Amino acid sequence: MTTIADELTIERRGHAGSVARRRTNFVIFLGPAIILTVLFFVVPVVIDVAVSFTDLSRSLRISEFTTEQYEKVFRTDRRLSQVIGLTFIYVFGTLAIFNVTFGLILAVATTAIRNASGSFFRGVWLLPRMSPSVLYILLWLWAVSPTEAGLINQVLMQAFGLDAPLDLLTSAPIALIIISNGFIGASMGMIIFTAAIRSIPEHLYHAAAVDGAGTFAKIRFITLPALRWPISFVTIYQTLSLLVSFEYILLLTKGGPFYDTTVYALYVYRRAFESGQYGYGAALALFLIVIGVVVALLGWRFFDMERLLQRPRIEVH
Amino acid sequence: MAKIEFRNVVKRFGAVEVIPDLNLVIEDGEFVALLGPSGCGKSTSLFMLAGIYVPSGGELLFDGHVVNEVETRDRNVGVVFQSYALYPHMSVRDNILFPLRFKKTPRDEALARVTAAADLVRVAELLDRRPSELSGGQQQRVALARALVKEPQLLLLDEPLSNLDASLRLSMRTEIKSLHAQLGVTTVLVTHDQIEATTMADRIICMRAGRIEQVGTPDDLYLRPSSLFVAGFIGSPPINLVAGEAEDGMVTVNGARFPVEGASGSLTVGLRPEHLRIGDTGFAGRIAQIEPMGREILYVVETGMGAVRVLEQGSSAGHSTGEQVKIGFLSENSLVFETERQKLIAGAHVREPV
Ligand SMILES: Nc1ncnc2c1ncn2[C@@H]1O[C@H](COP(=O)(O)OP(=O)(O)OP(=O)(O)O)[C@@H](O)[C@H]1O
Ligand SMILES: [Mg+2]
Repeated sequence: MTTIADELTIERRGHAGSVARRRTNFVIFLGPAIILTVLFFVVPVVIDVAVSFTDLSRSLRISEFTTEQYEKVFRTDRRLSQVIGLTFIYVFGTLAIFNVTFGLILAVATTAIRNASGSFFRGVWLLPRMSPSVLYILLWLWAVSPTEAGLINQVLMQAFGLDAPLDLLTSAPIALIIISNGFIGASMGMIIFTAAIRSIPEHLYHAAAVDGAGTFAKIRFITLPALRWPISFVTIYQTLSLLVSFEYILLLTKGGPFYDTTVYALYVYRRAFESGQYGYGAALALFLIVIGVVVALLGWRFFDMERLLQRPRIEVH
Repeated sequence: MAKIEFRNVVKRFGAVEVIPDLNLVIEDGEFVALLGPSGCGKSTSLFMLAGIYVPSGGELLFDGHVVNEVETRDRNVGVVFQSYALYPHMSVRDNILFPLRFKKTPRDEALARVTAAADLVRVAELLDRRPSELSGGQQQRVALARALVKEPQLLLLDEPLSNLDASLRLSMRTEIKSLHAQLGVTTVLVTHDQIEATTMADRIICMRAGRIEQVGTPDDLYLRPSSLFVAGFIGSPPINLVAGEAEDGMVTVNGARFPVEGASGSLTVGLRPEHLRIGDTGFAGRIAQIEPMGREILYVVETGMGAVRVLEQGSSAGHSTGEQVKIGFLSENSLVFETERQKLIAGAHVREPV
């Protein structure tokens, strides 16, 4: 017995020329994405794998092919566990405090007030993202400067009567890298959540009001459920981008004091480009790619993203 | 149950005055319809009743208490929105349960009431589905159950039938009406469909551009429309309206002349298609078009005063296109309006020309 769907498929297949049309559609619709993926993901990974099996170093000469780099990753590099632990704190802390939670609060708050003020506040939070990283970090360096001229020290000393200036870069470096990244990271969640909130039909809020919901009940029962997909997306996307980006940390603390703020990606960079261990850096980077893929897949499963995917609006056969 | 009163209610959106001055009393337990063309302020009035919009002026009273500033959630109204506004991520059960969450109803009792409400509108077997898995008519019923489950003192329906197909609309009309009879809750139905209003409501409030044109029973609006607007809005197919000049007891409409009683000057004569008949007397014309409508036949007749619609009972046409006929009517069924002020002249009639 065949179902109607089967029959339709058979009918479709039967049409002459439809196979050719499918091929053309495949090339037109998926071609560009495939080319980009190959060029910017597959090729670099292949090169990375190749380099990781060499002893490439500062001399830029390969003298032998070896698995020595992997032995280092899994056995001898004792700093690695500390780096991984810090990376976890950094990624999870930034994500949980700023990129998702604070972004969500910003979005909910700025859409609940008058439109003009809401746009203004969102604009303010977007500013750091629009300014060059170096400029943004220069401002931070001034703010946390351990001298009396530093912004935070000025405030603490003049308004709160602190005696000696604080050296936050030494005493609270992890908090600093989380905050400086989070202030920027929150704006992406904010924008995506704002757009999602805007697209919730107004009648749902009217209905909720009629049903007896107050402000917080409306947020909990109408707004948040509608944000499930954007929250999942922002979480996975930002996890990955936090895992691999390190430019703000490099500019702010250079990974220090010592290795205290050296997250994994920065560790790869320091190994490869500061110590000149290119082969080892490549092996570490490969490990990072694996972590990234695993995290993405776990996130996909955890948030049940498949179920949240919408059917294509246009079906192409 | 509640008695509703609008006293000089005004509603503005910025500089736009949508409702200039609304005065209306709705009795406890009554079923009224707000009827009017698109954009006339029906939903706005309904939203003020629900507390979603706050009046810009005047007073809105429930049972004699001013409720202008009372929040929506404290009004105990049930609303069925035009778009149904079901919560998309909740099951039908949770949708209907939602209003009871905020009433601190014990869980067992709440679930029992959900089941009862679902039974009432016959969606009991759909409780575990999501709104997106329901048909339009089913969604509408769920919305109705959600509105009824908290036993509101006022039920507001904003064009609840407009998304349904013709046969479903017919059965939902009957169902809503019998629900009202059963529960006795004060009900306001917003609609732009005059048949919906006349078949369901005890009283119809006919609105135009934010003002009430006429309030009355369906019969009042049909037999004694106070203005040209109401006359034109009520009745299907629409009334024949022809403007003319009256002098010495005779009104001249284009080429046709009728005797007229009780009016003079610039007049508009209203003759409903169902009150006209093709026969041996009356004014002459030629049948230009025939539209069978099932149990009735609509003739469009070219006459001295222009094209006139005539509705005759019967399922097969007794006349053919091009035929010369005479159209007669009973004097008491004719309506005469002042063209200038567009108002009905009570007691004025025209008679068949002889
Ligand atoms: N929030 C608003 N801001 C400005 N103008 C509005 C707003 N809501 C409604 N209006 C205007 O008020 C008028 C009445 O609107 P309303 O929604 O009450 O019409 P309606 O009678 O329900 O029409 P429909 O049958 O099309 O639903 C319209 O001219 C509309 O443009
Ligand atoms: Mg409306």
